[in-house]
Amino acid sequence: MVEEIGTTEEGDLIINVGPQHPATHGVLHLVITLNGETIKKVEPHLGYIHRSIEKMCESLTYRQFIYVTSRMDYLSAHINNHACALCVEKGLQVEIPPRAQVIRVLMDELTRIASHELWWGAMAMDLGAFTPFFHAFRERETINDIMEETCGARLTMNYMVPGGVMADLHPNFQKKVKEFITLYKLKIKEYDELVTGNIIFQNRMKGVGYLSAEDAISYGCTGPTARGSGVSCDIRKLYPYEVYDKLEFDEVLETEGDSFARYMVRLGEMNQSIKIIEQLIDNIPEGDFQAKTKVVLKLPKGEFYSRVETARGELGVYIVSEGGSTPYRIKFRSPGFSNLSALDHMARGHLLGDLVAMMGTLDLVIPDIDR
Amino acid sequence: MFIVKYIKEVFNAVKSLLVGLRRTGYYFTHHKEIITQQYPDNRDTLHFPDRFKGEVVMPHNENNEHRCTGCTACELACPNGTIKVITQFDITPEGKKKKAIDKLVYHLELCTMCNLCIIACPSDAIVMAQTFEHSVFDRSELTKILNNPGSKIMEGVE
Amino acid sequence: MWNFSNIADSIHKWLNLTFSPTLATIIEMVIVGVCVIGLFAVLGLVLVIMERKVSAWMQIRLGPNRVGPKGMFQSLADTVKLLVKEGMTPTGADKFLFNLAPYIALIVAMLLMAPLAFAKDFQMWDLNIGVLYIAAISSVSVISILMAGWSSNNKYSLMGAMRSGAQIVSYELSAGFSVLSVVVLAGSLNLNTIIQSQADGWWIFKGHIPVFISFIIFIIAVTAETNRAPFDLAEAESELTAGFHTEYSGMKFALFFLAEYVNVFIVCAIGATLFLGGWMPFHIGHWEGFNHIMDYIPSSIWFFGKTFFLIFLIMWFRWTFPRLRIDQLLNLEWKYLLPISLFNILLVTAMAILGWYF
Repeated sequence: MVEEIGTTEEGDLIINVGPQHPATHGVLHLVITLNGETIKKVEPHLGYIHRSIEKMCESLTYRQFIYVTSRMDYLSAHINNHACALCVEKGLQVEIPPRAQVIRVLMDELTRIASHELWWGAMAMDLGAFTPFFHAFRERETINDIMEETCGARLTMNYMVPGGVMADLHPNFQKKVKEFITLYKLKIKEYDELVTGNIIFQNRMKGVGYLSAEDAISYGCTGPTARGSGVSCDIRKLYPYEVYDKLEFDEVLETEGDSFARYMVRLGEMNQSIKIIEQLIDNIPEGDFQAKTKVVLKLPKGEFYSRVETARGELGVYIVSEGGSTPYRIKFRSPGFSNLSALDHMARGHLLGDLVAMMGTLDLVIPDIDR
Repeated sequence: MFIVKYIKEVFNAVKSLLVGLRRTGYYFTHHKEIITQQYPDNRDTLHFPDRFKGEVVMPHNENNEHRCTGCTACELACPNGTIKVITQFDITPEGKKKKAIDKLVYHLELCTMCNLCIIACPSDAIVMAQTFEHSVFDRSELTKILNNPGSKIMEGVE
Repeated sequence: MWNFSNIADSIHKWLNLTFSPTLATIIEMVIVGVCVIGLFAVLGLVLVIMERKVSAWMQIRLGPNRVGPKGMFQSLADTVKLLVKEGMTPTGADKFLFNLAPYIALIVAMLLMAPLAFAKDFQMWDLNIGVLYIAAISSVSVISILMAGWSSNNKYSLMGAMRSGAQIVSYELSAGFSVLSVVVLAGSLNLNTIIQSQADGWWIFKGHIPVFISFIIFIIAVTAETNRAPFDLAEAESELTAGFHTEYSGMKFALFFLAEYVNVFIVCAIGATLFLGGWMPFHIGHWEGFNHIMDYIPSSIWFFGKTFFLIFLIMWFRWTFPRLRIDQLLNLEWKYLLPISLFNILLVTAMAILGWYF
């Protein structure tokens, strides 16, 4: 703290936003230097929810460590598990049955919609509108019910296992997903009525938190945060995994680079996810839901890397194996950490009220940043 | 023209606000859209999917027999050390020693409901139950012994 | 007919017969004071439960439904909870100002009650400059907020207070102008005269579009003046945790809370008095039969009905709109509302001179 005080001028206000603050959605701690209401510097302090997940994973076997990763980005738990399963499969050289691939993609996209729904409600709440939060949860609840029926849990499902998925789809799955799509198409109009079209909301978001494409790349931003600045970085398009290369969907790109662009990217992604689900839901191939694997998985000596597109950006899983049944070293490249690092750059010169809007559009999940 | 633009701007702004007001006004007057579930009151009608992972239990049949052979596959599969199998050696009628469980200790407070033990079990001795009201006044009550006292292994389960 | 004014008159007569005039006046003052405090408590309870129910139904929830029939006693239970809570004063706070601020907020709200006409001939103080009095007293409320924010020794509180100061001072202007438009038309600052001038129709109908515009501006301005969403920057939960009352707890917090709701009631009552005719029933020109039927509804019901309609409107705003930013808030006032109301008052004056109203 000493050198920070040294750089501030007389009359500057240093306030701590967090670790307990309504806007930080968790235990993020931001030390903000203010000149009046204008932000001079934002300094994120991390570590309040560090559980050393990477170290924990090193003591667990390749089957066991996947469930821990649900606790990183708990809003896209499926996608985290997917990334780990992909990495282990890469090491094992197993071929995943087509049915399992389709199930995985379906679950990923449902998770992405659920995550964006929650983000939408939470961001509206950051801006002071409380009602959209409850409306968003109504649709998210439907997805949670679908997850609960097939995976047995609502948030930390642990449904992906090396070689496929843990259980076959529930017989009701297709019917329920179709019901959800109908509901979603009905309710998405309300989102525009309540928030997107609202003049107060647009004025709060437009021209705020500008991030140029160069800055987005140099800060390592991925996902909707970078796509809002016009950086094409969708892993599903660039490095397709599972059946994404056979699917028709667009990478949503906005070029404005402000908070509103990031907002529109996320709304567009929800529609694209619905498009993907509509393509797959009637074409789930028959067959096994899991490839035959050994009881004790042993990865050959070497290094393995896999990446997927979570709801927040690129998640990379890097495993170093010494040939045993547990990883020698494991490293997660989490999207939230890099996105958060751009906050200082975006926020300088803006007002305190804008900081909340910017944090909302970054869609920060603190356990994902801290791990 | 400046004035026309100004008036148009004000008009569009007011319109966007009225659209939002109409939406909340609709929900204010349509109470059948309310989604709240009054939990403790609707406990009797609560429905849980069969796969809901609430708690690990060991089903027993009417003769107080279970299917657990004490192979410790679940103990090995568990990432958290939730399950501890304490084995003993039964003497079969032929006079041979046979491995069986004395106690299958289950620490609910450690369990993350990851379902790995259920998958690992070769004889389907443990399953997930659909219970969810796990709160207790004393932490020690969460440490459970899954096999009933005096229970035996079912015939024909190896 | 049995109504409030008869009761007030009979009490007045009885007191003057029994006691000396000075003593009678003092006793009357005490009675009025007790009534105001009682009204405060009731209003606080009613408005809190109303807000909670309104917000719940808009958010597709049920809202409080456990305490009492349909949860109607929930706010009573909350009050009991706040009463028994410890009221802490943080170290480093200016203790005197810190403890004084909530009472000033409350006293300002009480003073504003004086010139309001709650029913026909039922008024605490028939003041011939009632509108001016209200405009003068309501701007004192900012003092209590500044006092609370400054004395808390908390940066969040200070910022909330400063925001609130800028906000209330600027929105006083357009609120004043919109009130002025009715004063110009009615030709009086006396609230009773203004109400009497609406006997053949409320100003919002009689005054055509200009008065309607000033009504809308009035609603926006008083929403801002009472620090309600979408202008709740002084509290701005997601930015400043709780703004100027971050450090307050227990009963001192409850007083701020109460003052906020009573202020909402008062500004809505003023709005109802000026634009919607106060206790004056709904009259259309010279339709004697229709007007006569409307007169059967007691005047107090008219007054409270209109006031609560406006309160509902303000609650509706709160649970629909996102919050503005501080510069946008001031832009809205200085770039949009103030020019519009300046132009509007010109129209209204022209209308009043030329007699272009019913």
